[in-house]
Amino acid sequence: MTTRDRTESPARETGAGAGLDARLVVDRGSFRLDVALTAAPGDVVALLGPNGAGKTTALRALAGLVPLDGGHLRLDGTPLDRTPPEGRPVGVVFQDYLLFPHLTALDNVAFGPRCQGLAKADARERAAEWLDRMGLAAHAGARPRRLSGGQAQRVALARALATRPRLLLLDEPLAALDARTRLEVRAQLRRHLAGFEAVAVLVTHDPLDAMVLADRLVVVEGGRVVQEGAPADIARRPRTDYIAQLVGLNLYRGRAEGHTVRLDEGPSVTITEELSGPVFVAFPPSAVTLHRERPTGSSARNLWQCEVAGLETHGDRIRADLTGDLPLAADLTTAAAAELDLFPGAKVWGSVKAVQTHAYPA
Amino acid sequence: MTPEERTAAPPAPRKRSPRAGTWAVGGRGVPLPLLLPALLGLAFLLVPLLALLVRAPWSGLPEQLTSAGVWQALRLSLICATAATAVSLVIGVPLAWVLARVEFPGRGLVRALVTLPLVLPPVVGGVALLMALGRNGIVGRWLDSWFGVTLPFTTAGVVLAEAFVAMPFLVISVEGTLRAADRRFEEAAATLGASRFTAFRRVTLPLIAPGIAAGAVLAWARALGEFGATITFAGNFPGRTQTMPLAVYLALQSDPEAAIALSLVLLTVSVAVLAGLRDRWMTAS
Repeated sequence: MTTRDRTESPARETGAGAGLDARLVVDRGSFRLDVALTAAPGDVVALLGPNGAGKTTALRALAGLVPLDGGHLRLDGTPLDRTPPEGRPVGVVFQDYLLFPHLTALDNVAFGPRCQGLAKADARERAAEWLDRMGLAAHAGARPRRLSGGQAQRVALARALATRPRLLLLDEPLAALDARTRLEVRAQLRRHLAGFEAVAVLVTHDPLDAMVLADRLVVVEGGRVVQEGAPADIARRPRTDYIAQLVGLNLYRGRAEGHTVRLDEGPSVTITEELSGPVFVAFPPSAVTLHRERPTGSSARNLWQCEVAGLETHGDRIRADLTGDLPLAADLTTAAAAELDLFPGAKVWGSVKAVQTHAYPA
Repeated sequence: MTPEERTAAPPAPRKRSPRAGTWAVGGRGVPLPLLLPALLGLAFLLVPLLALLVRAPWSGLPEQLTSAGVWQALRLSLICATAATAVSLVIGVPLAWVLARVEFPGRGLVRALVTLPLVLPPVVGGVALLMALGRNGIVGRWLDSWFGVTLPFTTAGVVLAEAFVAMPFLVISVEGTLRAADRRFEEAAATLGASRFTAFRRVTLPLIAPGIAAGAVLAWARALGEFGATITFAGNFPGRTQTMPLAVYLALQSDPEAAIALSLVLLTVSVAVLAGLRDRWMTAS
């Protein structure tokens, strides 16, 4: 899987060590992080995973805030394993930004250039340019507490970029924002990341942020990489329950023989692909049709008896959680739900057409 | 806010329960076994101060306070307490940083030792200082023979004695503030290329400034009232080592009215410090 993804973007192979090449091993007794990350200059990589998966630890290890217990870290060919954080060409946008409260926005951004040895006036000039680029020239003199969430996020980004890092790290860059601001800031951030010429790694548990902002996703669960690839590919072919849930698919694992997949737990599924060996089968909840009586003359080849475990509204639709032959999520319209008289405990039949399933080798 | 702080603030509106005045809080009476000792405690703390005011020789006060001796002692006290606070800041703040930020074996023991002067009788501190920095002390011997520096029974000795007793107040206050401060600001500074010292100077120090100010005020007040270590290590020479507390004690034996006048001056300074603390520190944290 990993090797194939790498060959898919030839840029990563060129440039003899340009970009990021890391294997991050951090041992915390009960928790062990072991994640390999590579990226070419210009790449935006998202580390996606549930809480406690080790994403933030990986980010802190890249920044040098957590020492590596093993593996290696090279940036543009230079080993950084033993370099303290202040010596790494790395910029970090922290989750709650951590803007220095006693400094103005301008001085926050000028802080990095000052530490790099620029004279005060030069550092401020560079900071002013960055704030201008972020559309914040009018707020240069404001203290962080006077800034809105979106403004603070942009100041934090400007502060990280003003040191001209070769690796930009963003920890849940949109998590601290409310839903409205989020939409706007996400679009801006996407623009800034697209214009960033070095490697950017962002950590998020929000699949939408990951898919909008990143060219490549690395899914981390329990301290390990479970899947990586282009966002569209991962959305189409999830390989773990966590990702399947994130992208809203029913996902099963089984053994294929021709057009039939014998699932590891439960019945068989008829598919359109012709496969053999271990496979994943996925289909969206909207592909599931529910019936109170066993349907006759239905063209669907996949039919299972189920029991409704729970119902919840999902946008303008109803999401039914089903147990029985096959644990299943089904989406139906409010009208259909009313017509079927669904309630927790109700016995139903669920059917899925073979053409709506998608199977791929495991 | 505790009731004490409230009463210490003259203009603050009195926030008491609606039934205040009936000695009932929240509709329930205060039990006598608690109320009586509480009132006794309050009286115990306030009556002596009241007595000082009552017995003050108000008519002769201007004369007492303008005498050269008083001003000399007051001036020396203020200078020495300020110098002792400065010494404490210069070496106490870094010490607090090391205790709060550097993990080393025996850190708990070192922290306990640093706070020892808080509970040590000041006279013992003075004797200890003599053993260390006196002419024949383990360090003072070398200071004397190498640099010709003698510390005991000099104004510099007063500063050292006061700093010895006052610095733990500053260290404890600053260390507490450092522990409570968000260390991630220092991490953010590091990712921006700041060395640990730059991060301390440009980020940590401004963030913990209120804690340092509070600690400095406490240390200053403690230094101003220092008696035991000072008289043991620096003696009691008017104009050189005789600070206000020493002058008060000496005056009490020959001229009680002068002692009262001097005490009033110290009381005024203390109240001013308390008022300053209340505004800058107690409400802030």
